[in-house]
Amino acid sequence: MASPADAPIDYAAAMVTAPTSAADWIVVAPVLAPILLGAVLLMVRHKPVLHPWIALPGLAIVLASTVALVARVAAEGPLVMTMGGWLPPFGISFAADMLGSVLAMTAAFVALVCAAVAVRDIDTTGRRYGFYPFVMLLMAGVEGSFLTGDIFNLYVWFEVFLISSFGLIVLGSERSQLDGATKYAVLNLVATTLFLIGTGYLYGIFGTLNMADIARKAPGLRETAPLMTLATIYLLAFGMKAAAFPVNFWLPASYHTPRIVVAALFGGLLTKVGIYALLRTQVMFFPVERAVLSDVIAWVAVATMMLGVLGALAQSDIRRVLGFLVISGIGVMLAGLALGTPAGISGAVVYAVHSIIVMTALYLLAGEIAERTGGYSLHDVAGLYRVSPALAAAALLLVLSVAGLPPGSGLWPKVMLVRASLEEGAGMLAFAILASGFLITIAMGRMFALVFWREGENLAVTREARREGLLLLAVLVAPAIAIGLWPQPLIALGDAAAAGLLDPSSYLGAVFPQGAQP
Amino acid sequence: METALSVTVGCFFAISVYLLLSKHVIRIMLGVGVLGNAVNLLIFTNGRLLREVPPIIAPGMSTPAMEIANPLPQALVLTAIVISFSLFAFMLVLAFRAYQSLGTDDTDGMRVAEPADEKLPPLGY
Repeated sequence: MASPADAPIDYAAAMVTAPTSAADWIVVAPVLAPILLGAVLLMVRHKPVLHPWIALPGLAIVLASTVALVARVAAEGPLVMTMGGWLPPFGISFAADMLGSVLAMTAAFVALVCAAVAVRDIDTTGRRYGFYPFVMLLMAGVEGSFLTGDIFNLYVWFEVFLISSFGLIVLGSERSQLDGATKYAVLNLVATTLFLIGTGYLYGIFGTLNMADIARKAPGLRETAPLMTLATIYLLAFGMKAAAFPVNFWLPASYHTPRIVVAALFGGLLTKVGIYALLRTQVMFFPVERAVLSDVIAWVAVATMMLGVLGALAQSDIRRVLGFLVISGIGVMLAGLALGTPAGISGAVVYAVHSIIVMTALYLLAGEIAERTGGYSLHDVAGLYRVSPALAAAALLLVLSVAGLPPGSGLWPKVMLVRASLEEGAGMLAFAILASGFLITIAMGRMFALVFWREGENLAVTREARREGLLLLAVLVAPAIAIGLWPQPLIALGDAAAAGLLDPSSYLGAVFPQGAQP
Repeated sequence: METALSVTVGCFFAISVYLLLSKHVIRIMLGVGVLGNAVNLLIFTNGRLLREVPPIIAPGMSTPAMEIANPLPQALVLTAIVISFSLFAFMLVLAFRAYQSLGTDDTDGMRVAEPADEKLPPLGY
């Protein structure tokens, strides 16, 4: 093993010697920008007037770089940057493939809208508590999770957005917030600890943490190593993060307690990171183990869908209805994971994009309803159609979207998933997707009828509603309807993401340019 | 050595699960603390234990002369310690604030966010 030190050192054997081109920095820009600007925001903590002026351009940078990333990945395949220039698997890689970059782009879009809504919704006190720095760090964590190519690094990003979400969920320190936050914090911490347990075992088995390296070593280890254990631990850990039945009870306990714009961010983004991690680990690392577990995942998916809609039917607080709808949507995405076919995974990815946009929009809609009527209870809120027909129109489009009816964005992913289920002979999944869609139609149709059509006196209006809220809601409704009317581009992206997951050879080739074989 | 540490890790997990299943927030917090340490020890054990050979390459050599300890698990554990410590500190404050304003540390009694007597939604109008 020993070798004389005077031999010339071949740096190319251990380092990336080619300089990184400036255009490649878009892989890390979605993470760098929010972290740096989050630090700047902390420095100007006592000048809350400045906060939106720093946060909004920062999130616009994130959105622009993720849009560029999607275009680049679509044209050239996965884009990789390795920290410190150490050749993978030694350096920590950032690897953007189609799955990660599409979700990163959607997340950046809704975060920008939410930050704009918060300009008005979060007052000076909330800003002094650190609303915008928390949002920036939350986005750094979410974008980092989508773009990282290293499993331990994924754990670190999970913790980054988790601790930012703790800060956001208790913003205001109301009694119900402290109650919800306690349950949210404990159960999410247990979930990420499970993830860490799995990663510890994974390191013991594989001796590597690089995702591409794991994917290329898994076939050789399948005969001897307990990969089934790893796949099951990850299924439980990420299922808990995604709020899949039966480990979903932290979500309805907490998502209705924070400020509505915070709830919109959480409902849109956080559970989808769990779905992303499930797709990444189950499909790319452990496809054989996923096939063994597919019956379990299918039943979990059915139970999650049904529990979500039945919970939504039983709630009288609009925000709690929405919390259960988030859970129901997770079940639909898990159905795609259970199928494991290209069409199924593509459907899950398209549904994730739809769910990020529409769930955020629905929470913001709830905020607009509360601003005009002073409450969230279906018993009290009434007669809003006379007050704001435009809001009623936006609400109707969102109700159709979330129920999976035309012209909303929920239609096409559900069509894809139902067709994929029938092709695989999984009639139960197809039935559950359609039945949950029907029950969502009832739950949300009832909400629409009560809130907008029912005659009634409203509670005292806390403050005059302004146009910006409606405008920003329209910014979210527009892509939802656009996806419903012209779904081909998004479906093409979803197909590319599914193909990249099922056959990661281009991903491996991008991470290991010196040769994809070990 | 691995066997002894494995048994220790198992005991840690048993203790933390027992504590996490409690109704009282303070016991749950203790369970979370033990759980973090259990995981750290687990990662450390998973990185193979080789004693007393620091991962340092002697002067004049470009590769180590013999098998050395694996430095990576220590880096992972260090990261995990920092993260679990900060989250634990936050959760202790959260538990204390929740106890102050809710007046209980029994999770069965914490029903402010999800009231037990909530009405069903209206069935018609």
